[in-house]
Amino acid sequence: MEQIITTIINGLSLGGVYALIALGYTMVYGIAKMLNFAHGDIIMVGGYTIFVFMNATGNPIIAAIFAAVVCVILGASMEKLAYKPLRGASPLAVLITAIGVSYLLQSLSQIIFGPTPKTVIVADLGVTKIGNVTISNSSVLTLILTVIIMIALTLFIKMSKTGRAMLAVSEDRDAAKIMGVNVNGIITITFVIGAFLAAVASLFYLLKYPSISNTMGSMPGIKAFTAAVIGGIGSIPGAMLGGLLLGVIECIFNSFSEIAPYTDAIEFGILIVLLLIRPNGILGKKKREKV
Amino acid sequence: MTFGDITKKLKSVKWSHYIAYIVIIVFTVICMLSGNLKRTDIYLLEKIGISIILAVSLNFIVGFLGELSLGHAGFMCIGAYLGGKVSSMLVGSMGNGILTLIISVIVGGIFAALAGFVIGLPALRLKGDYLAIVTLAFGQIALIIFQNSNYETFGGAFGLDTPRYDYNSLYIIIFVFAIITIAAFQNVIRSKHGRAITAIRDNEIAAKATGVPVTQYKLFTFVMAAFFAGVAGVLYSYTQSKVQCTHFDYNYSIEILVMVVLGGMGSLNGSIAAAALITFLNEKLATVLTGNLAVLQNIFYSLVLILIVIYSNAPAFKNIREKYNFKKFKSLIMRKRDPGYISDDEGSWDRIPTKIKMDELLSVDISVQSDKDGSTSDSTGGDENE
Repeated sequence: MEQIITTIINGLSLGGVYALIALGYTMVYGIAKMLNFAHGDIIMVGGYTIFVFMNATGNPIIAAIFAAVVCVILGASMEKLAYKPLRGASPLAVLITAIGVSYLLQSLSQIIFGPTPKTVIVADLGVTKIGNVTISNSSVLTLILTVIIMIALTLFIKMSKTGRAMLAVSEDRDAAKIMGVNVNGIITITFVIGAFLAAVASLFYLLKYPSISNTMGSMPGIKAFTAAVIGGIGSIPGAMLGGLLLGVIECIFNSFSEIAPYTDAIEFGILIVLLLIRPNGILGKKKREKV
Repeated sequence: MTFGDITKKLKSVKWSHYIAYIVIIVFTVICMLSGNLKRTDIYLLEKIGISIILAVSLNFIVGFLGELSLGHAGFMCIGAYLGGKVSSMLVGSMGNGILTLIISVIVGGIFAALAGFVIGLPALRLKGDYLAIVTLAFGQIALIIFQNSNYETFGGAFGLDTPRYDYNSLYIIIFVFAIITIAAFQNVIRSKHGRAITAIRDNEIAAKATGVPVTQYKLFTFVMAAFFAGVAGVLYSYTQSKVQCTHFDYNYSIEILVMVVLGGMGSLNGSIAAAALITFLNEKLATVLTGNLAVLQNIFYSLVLILIVIYSNAPAFKNIREKYNFKKFKSLIMRKRDPGYISDDEGSWDRIPTKIKMDELLSVDISVQSDKDGSTSDSTGGDENE
């Protein structure tokens, strides 16, 4: 029983990380109508930034702030340099460019930091014991902060002018343009928010798995996309739900030693089956195709 | 038949359709005649042949169907493991001969095609980004399954032991398979099926409305491309004494994609040239760039992907693209005019076939105008044309 509770709490906090990444995917997909393949690699860049500043200052808060700044700059420049010229081009072209950007980031970081994984202990928050249940504080912190960020983001989108403009652009880009929305600016803001969330996710991810390599972003990236699809792409509560669900599933499967090596395969299998049965996800809206 | 007839016939042959075969055959014959090649050169030749098969088959999905497959290495992995297993089982009874090779190639290809069928099924409902992710997930699943397999069946993490074919003839066999692959894809692409597939790429809804069975053609594309990727995998297993599944990772799929993009999506000859070039560069750069510098190669690939795609697709570069494109360059060299291109200072209409010419062909009598006064005939020609 104690083990089940621990597994579920761990799963929820891992799911929180996935949910943060999935939010970036889902927002960019909803507003720019493209799959940002390099989103997972922003996490990797955030991880390396935390590593560098942890070694330089030793203060996790300063490292996290710098990671957020670097990731935001990276997200914005990525959008301006690689994706903006392709606005209006075929989706295939945008997708291939995104893959190229992802590959470029991975190669660059490998050349800068070398192929061997780096280890960084961001902060040791200890564990809490409630009865027989042992819960690590970092998991609880991750979960709480994730929920707070989700609520703040939902409020931002619902209440602020920029958030409403984002909704308008995701609904109909041309109509939003006619109504005076600065579409390019909104898309850049979306990328910036996505990159910021990825930076936060990289901090939480390092709290869980303190090892940084140049491909560390790709696996959580794909899994977060799976989470976004499970929840219904384009839907913010969906991304959170999908992320938490996927995190719990992963932790449950990982707790059985016979199934553990196949966990990734099972998660991808879930993605394929889900896309076959219900491509719109749990909370996604159905879209009819028009000529 | 006189000599003139023969030259006439030779002139009427569309050489651009056969240039790939000719180049490959001539190249192979030169390699054969040059005698004792070094082991490293033989490896390079084998790799080039395999890359050509992979690039051409991926181009069929990316360039002609217009969908992105990131699991091409996964299809190859299935072919390599199952075909390699068959060949290692048959070697004992049938020997390491051409028959064993053909049987294992067919088996590996069929299993990869089955996987292509399974992946093609979601392709019917999904497209674009979703499909790319599904193919990526498929490639990862294939890797994980083979990595965690039993030691007895597929070798697990140690890799599968496969027979190595004779050094002096395997590259010839691989090039023969490359030619078969190119011929198969070219024939499909130039048939009505190929036109249907490109119609789906250009506008799926319009294609559906015209009566193209979109479902069948999408499945067909995936199955056919997967089959040849599987064939490439089996051939790869013959070049190695041990098949390691780490070879077929995501990066390898990207490398094949780079070949397709560099050669030009929708151009088979381009894919062939780019596959040969990139494999050659890979091999040669690996000796120069060692250690950390080896990553420079990946940076080069990613920049190639980004820059080529942006240049050839960005709306901002449309004018430049139309001004300096390969077709125009080619027509400049070949001294052939591109009939679709009319320059701004072109005053006369007589160079492009107008209705007047059709009337002449149909022997309608309009010679009164065309003999005396050029300008009137031109204007009438223009009017009729409109």
